[in-house]
Amino acid sequence: MSGIAIAIIVIFGVLFGALMIAAGTIWYERRLLGVFQERYGPNRAGPFGVLQVIADMLKIFTKENWIAPFADKAIFVIAPGIIMISTLASFAVIPIAPAILVSDLDIGVLYFLAMSSFAVYSVALAGWSSNSKYSLLGSIRAVGQMVSYEVFMGLSLMGVVLQTGSFSLRDIVEAQSGLWNVVPQFVGFVVFFIAGLAETRRIPFDIPEAESELVAGYHTEYSGFKFAMFYIGEYVGITLISMMIVTLFFGGWQGPVLPPLVWFLLKTFILVSLFILIRAALPRPRYDQHLSFGWKLMLPLSLLNLAVTGGIVLAVAR
Amino acid sequence: MLGILNTMWVTFRHAFRRRVTVLYPERKRRLPARWRGRIVLTRDPDGEERCVACYLCSSVCPVACIALQAAIDEKGRRKPDFFRINFSRCIYCGLCEEACPTFAIQLTPDYEMAEYDRNNLVYEKEDLLISGTGKYPGYNFYRVSGMEISGKGKGEAENERPPVDVRSLLP
Repeated sequence: MSGIAIAIIVIFGVLFGALMIAAGTIWYERRLLGVFQERYGPNRAGPFGVLQVIADMLKIFTKENWIAPFADKAIFVIAPGIIMISTLASFAVIPIAPAILVSDLDIGVLYFLAMSSFAVYSVALAGWSSNSKYSLLGSIRAVGQMVSYEVFMGLSLMGVVLQTGSFSLRDIVEAQSGLWNVVPQFVGFVVFFIAGLAETRRIPFDIPEAESELVAGYHTEYSGFKFAMFYIGEYVGITLISMMIVTLFFGGWQGPVLPPLVWFLLKTFILVSLFILIRAALPRPRYDQHLSFGWKLMLPLSLLNLAVTGGIVLAVAR
Repeated sequence: MLGILNTMWVTFRHAFRRRVTVLYPERKRRLPARWRGRIVLTRDPDGEERCVACYLCSSVCPVACIALQAAIDEKGRRKPDFFRINFSRCIYCGLCEEACPTFAIQLTPDYEMAEYDRNNLVYEKEDLLISGTGKYPGYNFYRVSGMEISGKGKGEAENERPPVDVRSLLP
């Protein structure tokens, strides 16, 4: 009985924590972008403006729940839910601390990849059901980008999996007690990081939203609560990718002196800051440049990384 | 690739620069004296209203936010009977100040005029009049103009000569 109670507490704790961190990330990004641009960012609501997120959420949730009359209503409503469910469900396999892990799946990495593929449906269906040209263009771009970047997102992780010999994220974290995976798998880390940027549709890879070309891309027709789902979904995605990078490449909860949870959150925090720095610094390339970069550079690089890692693992095993 | 990293490094260094934002309600910028803000009506050094109700400001105003009515007071001077500026329309272009022949209407370095009620933005003469001379201390229109008013005949003002006797042939 107490085991079930602890499991329920962990599940809701992780769910709540993920949403809280995502909400905090919204505020943190706005402040940090301001800092990089020599401004202050939101600093009025509450201490350092932390209550700005609450103010924004109150505003967005009290807006009219409008559905475009030309939209395909059922799919239009379901689409924002899919992205939230798929990204939040991925948190189940992330070992946040030795005791805080919802489910220690032995195919944790595959589960994560499957869930991130699932998010493509949300974007594709949102653009399709909106029945407007900019939404459709945005979702076409999103699908093209996310499907092609997923290919080597998975491949870049296989080096880590080969080294550890397990798909379980807990095993991967425990195998990094001596040396973090980022050192032997540096290429894998770079490729996964770039693919993660593309999966969350962040700035150098934000062609699906491209506000200077496509209004808001696939969520042009969305407003109110449903828009908030996409908006929070993006930040949940950033948190998720940062946590995955920490788990896979930066030793997860491991670190001296401080408790595991603090280490994990600290590393996640630094990676989220890096995501925001990239947003502040880099422009958005053209669509064909994105795809040729992915297929012509990242894919061969990750295949090479996989081959070399496999060779070394095989040589060591002999 | 190095270019991308360099861009990120440059952006990162900007985090330690001085902020350009002025945290407004706590800190205020020092405004120049010629700032075009709230419009006032000034008085001459004797404490009389400078405005002679010539309608030039009202006719030059591109958004037609100035309304006034001329009247003649007991000294025989033109004065505005009422003078009304609708600040919800005013664009603070300063054309009224340029048009004013008596330096009566002036723009001041004050911009904090927000109101909850729109009607409060309509300023009447008593709201506009200030007790001082504004930007031109010592200037008195009737002391330099050729106008005849009670207490001063034609040609008796500063830098003025008596009027030419047109019936005399002597130069």
